[in-house]
Order: sequence, then structure tokens, then C-alpha cells
Amino acid sequence: MRKNLTQKTILIVAVLVVCVLGITGIPGSFSGAALKQSFLDRIHLGLDLKGGTHLILQVMVDEAVGITTDSDASHIQQDLQSNGITLPPNSVIKPDPKNNPALIQINNAPPARSSDIRSVLDSHYGQQYDISSTANGAWTLTMKPTAVSDLKKRALDQSIQVITERVDSLGVSEPIVQEYNLGSYQILVELPGIDDFNRVKDVIQSTARLEIHLVQGGPYTSEQDATQQLGGTLPYDSVLVQTAPGASQAGGVSWYEIKRAAEVGGTDIRSARVGTDTNTNQPQVEFYLTTAAGDHFADFTAANKGKPLAVVLDNKIQEVANIRDQIRDQGTISGGAMTPQQANDLAMLLNTGSLPASLQYLQESTIGPSLGADSIRQGVMAAIVGMLAVMIFMLVYYHGAGINADLALFLNLVILLGFMGYTSSVLTLPGIAGVILTVGMGVDSNVLIFERIREELRAGKSPAAAVDQGFAHAWTTILDTHVTTVVSAAILFLFGTGPVKGFAVTLTAGLCANLFTAVFVSRVIFDAHLNKKLRGEPISI
Amino acid sequence: MEFFGQPKIDWLGKKWYFLGFSLIFSVAGILSLAFWHGLPLDVDFRGGTAVRVKFAQAPDYGRLRTAAQGAGLGDAPVVQYGPAANHEVIITLPESKTSEAALDAGRAAIVSTLTANYSEAGKQNRASGKFDLDNAGRGALADWLQQKDPEHLGQSDAATTRYTQQADAVINYKDGQHSGLISSVNDLRGIVDPAVLNELQQDAYLSGFTVRNVEIVGPQVGQQLRHQALAATLYSLAGMLIYLWFRFELIYGVAAVVAVFHDTLITVGAFSLFDKQISLTVIAAILTLIGYSMNDTIVVFDRIRENLRMTRREKLSDLVNRSINQTLSRTVLTSGLTFLTVLSLYIFGGEVLRGFSFALVIGILIGTYSSIAVAAPMLVAYQDWRARRGKSAALPAGRRSRV
Repeated sequence: MRKNLTQKTILIVAVLVVCVLGITGIPGSFSGAALKQSFLDRIHLGLDLKGGTHLILQVMVDEAVGITTDSDASHIQQDLQSNGITLPPNSVIKPDPKNNPALIQINNAPPARSSDIRSVLDSHYGQQYDISSTANGAWTLTMKPTAVSDLKKRALDQSIQVITERVDSLGVSEPIVQEYNLGSYQILVELPGIDDFNRVKDVIQSTARLEIHLVQGGPYTSEQDATQQLGGTLPYDSVLVQTAPGASQAGGVSWYEIKRAAEVGGTDIRSARVGTDTNTNQPQVEFYLTTAAGDHFADFTAANKGKPLAVVLDNKIQEVANIRDQIRDQGTISGGAMTPQQANDLAMLLNTGSLPASLQYLQESTIGPSLGADSIRQGVMAAIVGMLAVMIFMLVYYHGAGINADLALFLNLVILLGFMGYTSSVLTLPGIAGVILTVGMGVDSNVLIFERIREELRAGKSPAAAVDQGFAHAWTTILDTHVTTVVSAAILFLFGTGPVKGFAVTLTAGLCANLFTAVFVSRVIFDAHLNKKLRGEPISI
Repeated sequence: MEFFGQPKIDWLGKKWYFLGFSLIFSVAGILSLAFWHGLPLDVDFRGGTAVRVKFAQAPDYGRLRTAAQGAGLGDAPVVQYGPAANHEVIITLPESKTSEAALDAGRAAIVSTLTANYSEAGKQNRASGKFDLDNAGRGALADWLQQKDPEHLGQSDAATTRYTQQADAVINYKDGQHSGLISSVNDLRGIVDPAVLNELQQDAYLSGFTVRNVEIVGPQVGQQLRHQALAATLYSLAGMLIYLWFRFELIYGVAAVVAVFHDTLITVGAFSLFDKQISLTVIAAILTLIGYSMNDTIVVFDRIRENLRMTRREKLSDLVNRSINQTLSRTVLTSGLTFLTVLSLYIFGGEVLRGFSFALVIGILIGTYSSIAVAAPMLVAYQDWRARRGKSAALPAGRRSRV
């Protein structure tokens, strides 16, 4: 019995030491400031305590599908042409680009060549598309559902990666960028300590899709003017795009008709940097293309000398210039009066790559740092008052056994904080509430046991037997009560977000620690106490 | 020390009083939900924009509303938040004014309305290009100081470090210790260098308010969260039912879940009666409550099961009465102690947690009551019902033998 007790005591002390280390780490020195610092290093504060911004973004994945089908549609005609099948101009269209971006339609195909067309389409597009023909020389290509969902998933992953890089380059500490599982194709972004929110938001949301398109016509003064001059309808493979403010020489905004499919796309940019326009001494951004894109661009510019090109950033024309000579792999953006800050941000955006699709904000919550500081003060205050009240009550009500309960309660808290230190859990304001509730519920177990022991004592049992019976009978009840609360907490964890998750974690960890302290530790203290007493001498409870 | 000796209270004899009591509160809650306040939802469930602003002096609500109307925000509700001495208000815009294409337009409108129109002095200061210290972030303040360069350090890394450190000192003082607002720039004497203080006194001003918290929820997320909260609550109840079925018998599970549902209903009803808003953290509190309220019920059920095994001849209602009396002391004590911690949370935990702790304060009281007054009598009622149908009158004691 005595040896067994020694082993148990060693185990308890070991747990205590390990958990204290979990809270404080191995501090550099034992000064108060060093301990506080290493505590703060290990227990991370959530956004609601530290201040910062929480965002939920929707990736407009349909756009990614649209871009792919746009580019495929522009290639189909060429592919057929190079196999000797000539279609009249504008025969390959997307009948409903907005609502059904996955659909491509081919009109006016010569019915006599349908088996050739079938084999060309199958070999080039068969993997990605379901291909079918109708009687009057029309074909439809519908992107396969698996291909569509692959594409969307890839757009999501790419967006997460790009946002992560952008946020990192802004120097935000401990940011979180991850898929938000409650919605479809949504991203959760948490930026602690951000107070210049608008800049961050622009940096995240900017798709930074840099493209170079061939200009078909323009400039026009307005959209109506353009459609009027073009005879009412726009050719299928063209789009009207306006210039970025300040980009056109004349000042104001003008419109150009450009080719729908880009010659250089968002993924073709290798790198970008800030430079200075030698003529105006204004900052400009210089970009370089990847080797493959450079080769294609060299061929293209050689074949189209004299024609105008447009540099388009996020659907706004930055620059229109004629091709004077073959261009291999570089270009500049100097449109508008860019500030050095804007030039820096743009170069950074191009370097981190473009977003495959644009983003919409679904939710934003910003907590000012002053609010976080207040919350910590109030939360800690409530925790201390609550805990003291419980401890004093236990001492008054149970006398000697109250000390036992208070020790167990204290150890419970140490284990809980140690656990949080080791798992780098995030402490949120509801998490602090979880700690306080753990104190309240943790002491329940002690009350259950002590009341049972009192009952056994009243029934005339000896102190040792009463303690033994008390623990044995209370155990099943304690287990049941803990399981029900943990079930609630688990559901909370599955459904909750951010702060609420933090609450579920602290509550669960606290209750598990409580099983150890209230049942095991408390028992060891009783046994040690009983060992010192004579048989039958009363205990203080 | 003991509060209860060995009480001999006839709990089941009072079941009609209990039923009346439960009915009054449930029906009051339901009526308020249906006809009075409805279900007051916080912005995270309802969708929309909520901007929480703290003022240095008591805010002038009339002027706030006029300013909001002038900015085209219409009748944006301006509501006092927390005790009046905190000088805090919440300005909300409905979901219809929060479109996902321009999610933060509402926030921008509210903030610019405040800076432009709230105070005449602030308007002039702003017009003369002064720097608003009350709404400055760490980065913005450091940039501004570097640009003004009161210590003549030029554009160097040393200057950046120096001004960042000075800005940190200001922000830590103002946000860390004074809830984001200081009464005068002179308070910073001793916190920053004299040269920086001088610069702040000359070219910075205090606008008298600071934005503490912004919540913007688009319609899509609001709806998602509403569905989730409901699903989480129902799953939680179902989880309890299954666990108790497994540990005891189905009828125990049903009785406990009915009791807990009764607690949830009354708690939500209380939110409606007092017109307090239900937020995500309140749902967390309600789920915790579902688990906690189960505790007391289980303590009583455990004792009923134990007593059922020992004696088979006692009338069930007497046995249940005896079980409740035996566990009364611990039921009241455990709830009382948890109640103590929750009360401390309600009093000291601040406005952000007020809804959360309110739910727990109400819930723990009702939960303790219901385990005695709802769950246990249901077991007896079930047995009576079975007896009337001529079936075996015994309440199952549970399929497992005790460890």
C-alpha cells in the first residue's frame, strides 16, 4: 500500500512538472518578465483577444472554368484548320458563357467530314469534354463533371497558395489561410494584429491577372459609342474593355475592342520588379515571361508587327502600344500615376502569381486591439473571482477535504494550461470562459465524491471504507456526466468556428484533466492522509 | 458544514405545481418568440453590418442619427452597448444594405460619416489635414511619424525602428490600458520622446471616438451559420439520447432529452423575453448547457437505477422521491458551484461574454430544476402509463451491472 502510494505520488509530481514546463517552456531566466514572455510565446492568443481581422472569401470558381473553355474554344478552330477542316469565321462559340461556362458549341461544320471532326476533337479534347454532334453540322463540347470539379478544386488550392504568399509578404505574423469547410470553395483568412485593413484587403482581393491581348479596334469614348460604331453587335471573339483611370493619354476613360482570348495569360509571368520610367521618372513595374510563353509571344509579335497590343490587368487596360519589333519576354506597366507603394504592391502581386479566379468577401470581422486588451482583463478577472469563490466555498463546507479539492482544482488548471501550451492551442475569449466553466464543473466531481463519502460515513462505515466506497460509487456517475459534456463539446468543435472552437477545446481538455485530478489525485491525497491516521480516527470532511 | 441533513420531501406529490411552473415559462417564451420580440439574432446569424464605436464623452444620439441620415444610411439603428458609463454604441445596417459585391461599403459609410460629421472640432481638424490619433493603427502611426520625422533621423532603417517603437509605445498605452481612447495628447508625456510628443501636440488631434469592432456578414454566411447552429443543437440532443440509451434504457434517455429540451426552450425563450441577441457564442453556451443539464439528470437517474436494483417492492414514486432526496445535496451543491463561476463570468466577464454567461446563468438554474421536476417525474409517469395498459409495471433498471 505504502509503496504503491509512493509510485502514484511520483506520477502526479511528474505530470505536474511536465505541465508546468508546457506552460512556461524552459525559460531563459527566472525573472518575472522572462517567464511572462515565454508563457506568451507558448499560449497563443486568438484574434478576439489580440485584435485583428477574420475574413471568409468566396472563390468564384466558375470563372476559372470560363477561362479554360475560352482558351479551348479559341484553339478548336485552329486545330480543325490544321487538319484540313475549314470552318467559317466565328463558328466556335460559347452559347451561354455566364450560366454555363463549361459549354462550347461548334456551328456550320461540314456534315461530310463529321468522322474526321470527331477524331480531331476526340484526340485533342476527348479527355476533358463530352463531345456530341447534332444533325445539322453542330457539335457541342461539354466539360466533363470530373474535369470541372478538378478545375474548381485546383482554383481553390491555387487561391489559397497565392493568398498565403501575399499575406506572408505583408509581414503579418501567424496568419491563417485555409479552406473554409462549411461552404463550398470558400477560404478562411485570419490576420492577427492588422490595423491597416484596407490595404491588406486590396492586396488579397486583387486577382492580379495580367494578360496581353491583341487590340481589334478603338479607342472609343464609351461603351455605347463602341457598339454603335461596330454596327450594333460585337464580334463573338472580341470583348470591350475600358482603360484604367489615368492610363490613356487623353485623360479620362476610353474603351477598346480586344480579342477575347489572351496571348499572354496570368500564369505566364515569371517575375516582376519595380523600375523607373526613364521618360517621366515615375515608378513603373517591369515583368518577364516564362520561357514557353516567351517563345509563343516572340512568334506572335513577329507575325503581327504594327498591330496594337493591350496590357490588361484585372480587366482594365493599363497600356496600349503598337508592336514595333519582335518581343520575346518582357514588358512594362507604367499606366496612371502609380505611387511607389502601389508599384511595390503590384510587383509583389505579379511575383506571387495571379489568382485563378476573383474573390468575393462573404464575411469580415475586425476586432480592434483595445477591445482585445479589455477582454483579456475582464476574462482574467472573472476567472480569478470565480475560482476564489469556489475554493473558499469548498474550504468552508468540507474543511480538511476542501484542501484536497482545492489542490485537485489547482492541478486541473495547471494540466489544462500545460496541455494548451504543448498543443499550441489558441486561447480565445470563449476559451477563457471554458477555463472558468472547467473550474465550476471540475469541482462537481469532488462534490459528488465527498457527498457520497459523507453518506457512507453516516451509514456507519469506517473512514477508510467510506472513502473507498465513496470513490467506487461516484465513479460511474462522474464518467457519465463527463461523457455527456464532452459529446456537446465535440459537436461544438465540429460545427463551430474560431473562438467557439477554442471554447470546445479548452472545455474538453479541462474535463479530461478533471477525471485525472478529481478521481486519481484526490484519492491519493485521501490515502496518504488516512495512512497517517490511526484506524478509525475520524477524517475531516 | 451541511446545508441538507436527510430531507424527506415528497417531490412527486408536487408534480402539478412543477408542471404549471414549466408551462408558464415555456409558454411565455413561446409567445414572446411568436408574437413579441421574435428570435433576436445577432449580426453573425442575421447578416448585415454592425460597427461598435466607443466615445470619449457620452455620445449624442440625436447627432449620430442625423449624421447617419445625412450620409444616406437611412434610419440606421444606433443602440447603446453595455452600461451607459462606457460610452459605447452599436450602429447597425440591415442585411439588405450589405451586398456581397461591396461587403464593406456600409462600414466605410459609417466610419466616414462619423469622421466627417460627428463633431465640429473634428471636422475642422480633419479639414486642416491633422492626424486622427484616436483611429490610428500601429502601422499608420509609425508611417506618419516617419514622414514628419520630428527627431530629424532622415530616411534610414534606424529611423524606421525608432518611430515604430515610438508608435508601439503610444498604441500600447492607449489600447492596452485605456480602452483605445485617451483624454488628451498630453497624457502621452513620459510615454514618448519630447520631440515626438511635441509633433503629436501640433499636428495630431483626438476625434473623441474609436471603432472597436466591426462585424460584416453577407447573406450567404448568415444563412449557413443559422443552419449550422440549429443542426448542432439537434445533433447534440440526439447524441445525448443515444448515449443514455446505451448507458441506461431508452426511457431514461427520452426523459432526460425532454428535460434538456425544456431547458433549451426556456433559455431561448428568456433571450426573446429580455430581447437579448443570440450570437454564435450563445449557441456555444446552449450546447454546453445541454451537456451540463444532463449531468444533474444523470446523477438522479444513477441513484434511481441503484435503488431499483436493491429493492423491488417499494412503490416507484416513493423510490424516485427517495433517490431525489438522497442526491439533493449534491445536485444543489454542484449546480450552485458552477452557478457561482458563471455568475462571476456574468458580472466581471465584460460585454462580449454577457450573452454567453446570461444563457448559462438561466440555463443552470432551469437545468437543475428540470432534472428534479421534469426528468424524474417522467419516469414515474411512463411507468403509470404502462401499468394502465396492463403491461409489466416495473421500470427497467438498466441492462448493465454496476462496476
